[in-house]
Amino acid sequence: MDLYLSTRHEGDRTIVEVGGEIDVYTAPKLREQLVDLVNQGRYHIVVDMEAVDFLDSTGLGVLVGGLKRVRAHDGSLRLVCTQERILKIFRITGLTKVFPIHQSVEEAVSATD
Amino acid sequence: MTGVQAAEPDAAEGRDEQEGVSLRFAPLPEHVRTARLVAVALARRAGVEDGLLDEVRLAVGEACSRAVGLHRSAAPGEPVLVRFAPPGERFRVEVADLVTGGPVPKPDEGEGDAGLFEASGVDADMGLAVLRGLVDDLEVETVPAGGVIRMGWPVQHPDYS
Repeated sequence: MDLYLSTRHEGDRTIVEVGGEIDVYTAPKLREQLVDLVNQGRYHIVVDMEAVDFLDSTGLGVLVGGLKRVRAHDGSLRLVCTQERILKIFRITGLTKVFPIHQSVEEAVSATD
Repeated sequence: MTGVQAAEPDAAEGRDEQEGVSLRFAPLPEHVRTARLVAVALARRAGVEDGLLDEVRLAVGEACSRAVGLHRSAAPGEPVLVRFAPPGERFRVEVADLVTGGPVPKPDEGEGDAGLFEASGVDADMGLAVLRGLVDDLEVETVPAGGVIRMGWPVQHPDYS
């Protein structure tokens, strides 16, 4: 697959580092990781998208699904993304209003709102 | 093999030495990336400016993903067809599916579902929403044989650069 995932925990936060392309073929892998985390009781997730080269609506759908799942447990799903080419699809779909999007993992991990 | 009828070939205009490129692929998610790569290569060659190549990549990917999803639900044995017009005034791409316009059964939704389109209705709508927000020159058409998404981008002519 053209997708790289690496997960680590910092306190009650879990950081999922994603690299490569998130599309209709690779998105299920990310979805599975997010589902697994919630099943493990990890409800505060930071998805680090800085190494993502490509994101389409399927990827957005997976992130939305993840957000819904953690919210069902009063959790949070935050994104780290400074790449304009990736932010563009969030803007087009209005999802910049739905996801907290941070400039760095540090900022995302320490956010509490 | 069934396919979507193409428009009149360039041969009718005496330009039969210029052929566009067509991709015909089984509706499998792994082929969408191939279509994106081909689209960007052809767009670059056609003179689409660098700043628009990401848009071409995303748009062709969205159109193909949508077609793949529709075929997997309703016509899994039928290929998706992508046509890139021969070089011209604009860089034009068509993605054709054989499903739009007919009843498309909604896939089951479920948390345990390993299927691709868990919230398929949401994703299909989002794909079109992305396309509409992204591509200025976009047509989404339903024809008797199915559906066609047509997209176009401006090219820079060598003498303008």
